[in-house]
Amino acid sequence: MPRATSDAKLLIQSLGKAYAATPTNLKIIDLYVVFAVATALIQVVYMGIVGSFPFNSFLSGVLSCIGTAVLAVCLRIQVNKDNKEFKDLPPERAFADFVLCNLVLHLVIMNFLG
Amino acid sequence: MAEPESSTAAAGGSRLRNACGGVLCAFTLLLIGVLAFSIRLFSVIKYESVIHEFDPYFNFRVTQVAKFSKHSIVSGDCLCVHCSNILSKRFLGYLPFNKGEAKGTGAGLMAAAILAMVPSYISRSVAGSYDNEAVAIFALIFTFYLYVKTLNTGSLFYATLNALSYFYMVCSWGGYTFIINLIPIHVLLCIVTGRYSSRLYIAYAPLVILGTLLAALVPVVGFNAVMTSEHFASFLVFIILHVVALVYYIKGLLTPRLFKVAMTLVITVGLTYASKYIPIIASVSEHQPPTWPSYFMDINVLAFLIPAGIISCFLPLSDASSFVVLYLVTAVYFSGVMVRLMLVLAPAACILSGIALSEAFDVLTRSVKYQLSKLFDDSPAASGDSSAESSSAGTVSTNSAKNETRPEKTETAPKEKPSKKNRKKEKEVAESVPVKPKKEKKLLVLPMEASVLGILLLIVLGGFYVVHCVWAAAEAYSAPSIVLTSRSRDGLHVFDDFREAYAWLSHNTDVDDKVASWWDYGYQTTAMANRTVIVDNNTWNNTHIATVGTAMSSPEKAAWEIFNSLDVKYVLVVFGGLVGYPSDDINKFLWMVRIGGGVFPHIKEPDYLRDGNYRVDAQGTPTMLNCLMYKLCYYRFVETDGKGFDRVRGYEIGKKHFKLTHFEEVFTTHHWMVRIYKLKPQKNRVRGKLKKLKSGSKASSTNAAGRKKNPWQ
Repeated sequence: MPRATSDAKLLIQSLGKAYAATPTNLKIIDLYVVFAVATALIQVVYMGIVGSFPFNSFLSGVLSCIGTAVLAVCLRIQVNKDNKEFKDLPPERAFADFVLCNLVLHLVIMNFLG
Repeated sequence: MAEPESSTAAAGGSRLRNACGGVLCAFTLLLIGVLAFSIRLFSVIKYESVIHEFDPYFNFRVTQVAKFSKHSIVSGDCLCVHCSNILSKRFLGYLPFNKGEAKGTGAGLMAAAILAMVPSYISRSVAGSYDNEAVAIFALIFTFYLYVKTLNTGSLFYATLNALSYFYMVCSWGGYTFIINLIPIHVLLCIVTGRYSSRLYIAYAPLVILGTLLAALVPVVGFNAVMTSEHFASFLVFIILHVVALVYYIKGLLTPRLFKVAMTLVITVGLTYASKYIPIIASVSEHQPPTWPSYFMDINVLAFLIPAGIISCFLPLSDASSFVVLYLVTAVYFSGVMVRLMLVLAPAACILSGIALSEAFDVLTRSVKYQLSKLFDDSPAASGDSSAESSSAGTVSTNSAKNETRPEKTETAPKEKPSKKNRKKEKEVAESVPVKPKKEKKLLVLPMEASVLGILLLIVLGGFYVVHCVWAAAEAYSAPSIVLTSRSRDGLHVFDDFREAYAWLSHNTDVDDKVASWWDYGYQTTAMANRTVIVDNNTWNNTHIATVGTAMSSPEKAAWEIFNSLDVKYVLVVFGGLVGYPSDDINKFLWMVRIGGGVFPHIKEPDYLRDGNYRVDAQGTPTMLNCLMYKLCYYRFVETDGKGFDRVRGYEIGKKHFKLTHFEEVFTTHHWMVRIYKLKPQKNRVRGKLKKLKSGSKASSTNAAGRKKNPWQ
C-alpha cells in the first residue's frame, strides 16, 4: 500500500513540523514526561523479568514515575499559551501547584516504599 | 463566603446589595447550622448524654484508649456525643460551596437547609450515634465538592486537596469505592459525550495516582487498592483518558485526519468497559434491599422533588451538573441494593431537591414581582435585576404540574428559551442591555394568582417536610438502644438494665475475667464494663462466633466445657421475656444455632424446631429446652409470676422448674433484661454427670447430638 505509507510519511512529517513550533519550555517538559514514562516502562520490564517480590517497592516506583509524568502533563497543559482555558492562570501559580502536588506525591511514596 | 455569583454584578450600586447578600447568606448558613445542631440533640434532651448504638462503642473505645487513657471519661463521652454534631455542621458548611460550584448560592442554601434535616442522615449523625459513617458522608461530599471544583477551575492545587480528602474518606469508611467508581464513570461520560477538556484531565489523572497510593497506605485497603476489581475501573478510565488526551493533543497539532479513527477506537473500548463494569456494581450487594416505606421515611417529600431537580440540572448541562445527576442515579441504584447506602442517596437527593425548590421559588417570585410592577405600571427597570435570574422553564412546568395549578394561560414556550448556559454572562447582559431580557421575561411570567398559590404550596410542602423531619429526629432515630423507654398509663418507664449489668460487671468481677455473650453485646461489654469478651461486633473469625453459638446451643455440660476451654468466667444473656423486649437472645437464638451449626455440624437446626416452628413453650423440642441459652434465660423465671409467662413470645414456657448444674446465677438486673452467670469451678464437673432434672416432661430425654465431643478439646 504505497498510498498508505506515503500518507503516514506525510503525517509524520507534518507532525514533526508542527511539533517543532512548540516553545522551548514546553519541549523541556515533554522531555521530562518521556523520561518518566521510559523509567516506568523499564521498571515494568524489570518486574517482568525478576518478579514483583517487594510489591510495594515496585508499586511505588512505577506509580512515582507515572505520577510525575501525569503532573508534568498537567503543568504542561496549564502553562501552554495555546490553551485558552488557562489564560488567567499565571505560570508561576501553575508551577507552585505542580511543586506542591509533587511534594505530596513523593511524601506518600516515601511512606509507602516501606 | 463570598460566592462568585454574588459578586459578579459590575454596577456600583449593586455592590452594596451583594455585600448584604453575602452577609445574609452567611447568616442563613449559621442558622442552618444551629438548626442542624439542635435537631440532633433530641436524644440528649430526651435521654442523657450516652452513646447508644452498639457499634459506636467501639469507636468510643478507640478514642478513649488513644486520648483519654485514664481520666476524663465523662468528657470523652461528651466529646464523642458531640463530635458527630460538629462534623455534620462542618459538612453542612461545605455543602453550599459544593452546590454553589454547580448551580448557584440559592440552590446551595436550600440544599443545606434540607440536608440539615434529612432523616436518613440524622439517623447516622444524631448526637450519641458516634459513627464513622457520619464522618464518611462528610468526606464523601467534600471529595465530590473538590472534584467539581477542580473540574471548574482546572487547578492542580484543588486536585491535590481532592486526593487528600479521598484519603480521608478511605480512612473513614469502606464505601470509598463508591467515589473511585463514580468519578471514573463521570469521566467516561464526559469523554463519550465529547466533553473532554484539559480540566477534566487535571481533575482526574492526579487523583487516580495520588488516590491509589494514599489508599494503599491505609492498612485495611493495602494492596487491594491495585489488586481488586473495584479499583480496575479507575485505571481503565485512566488509560482511556490518556488515549483521549493524546488524541486531542495530536488533533490540536494536526489536521483532524487521524482523529476520527482514534475516536471510534476509544468509544468501543469505553463501551466494552461499561458492559464489563455492571457485574462489579452488582457484586457489591451484601445487605438486604430496602423497602418502599423506608424510602419515604428517609427522604420523604424529597423523592418528589428529585425529578424536578434533574430536569433543571439538564437545562444547562455542564460538567458539574451532569456529575450531580450521575451521582444521584448511582446512589439510587446503590440504595436500592443495600439499605445502608440510603445514606449515600440522602445528600444527592437533598442537592437536587434544593435545586428544584430554589428554581421554583426563583420563577414564582420573579413572576410575582413582574406582575406587581406591571400592576403599578412601574418602569421595567424596577424588575431589571430580577430578570437577570435565569429562566428555568422545566421546573416551572414540573412544579406547576405537580401542584396541579397549571393554568391554561401559562406559556409553554420557554422550553426552548436560552438555557442559562452560564448565569454570569446572562446577568451581565441583563445589566447592560435591559431590552432583550425584558422580552424573554414576558414569555416566562406566570399569572399572579398561580404563582402566589405555587409559592404557598411549596411552603406547605416544605412545612410538611420539616414536621416529618422533626418527628423522625425526635422519635424514630433518637431512641438509644441501650436505654429503653416505654409509655404506659402510669407514665414513662425507663429500662436501664444494660448499664446496670455492665456496672455490676465492672465492679464485681476481676479485671482479667472474660465474659462470654453473643457478639452484639461485645463492644458494650468492652467499653462499659471494661472486661474482655470472647466475640464482639467486629469479630470476623467465623469459627470464633460459631464456637460461642455452639456453646449456647449445647446442653449445660458441653457448654461448660467449651466455655471453660475458652477461659470464660462469666456468661451474659439478654432476656426480654419479663418486660417484653423483643430483640433478646431467645429471638436471636436461631442465628446462634445456624452459625454454630455452620462450623460444628453436630448442632443441627431441625433439632431446635418443632415442625419447622421455633418455640420455647411446651411444644418445644427437648434439644431446645435443654440447651444452655434456654436454661440461662428462663432459670427461676417461673418464680416471677408462678406461671412462667413469656411476654415476648406470648405463651408460657415449656420447662419451668430446673436447676443449673454447671453455672450459677450471680446477677440479674431489675427488669431481668440482662442475666449474668458464673461458671462453677472445676470440681462440680463430677456432679454434672448426674443431670438432676426435676421436672419438665421431655426434659429427661437428653439429646445424643449435644453430647458429642467438644471441638475444643
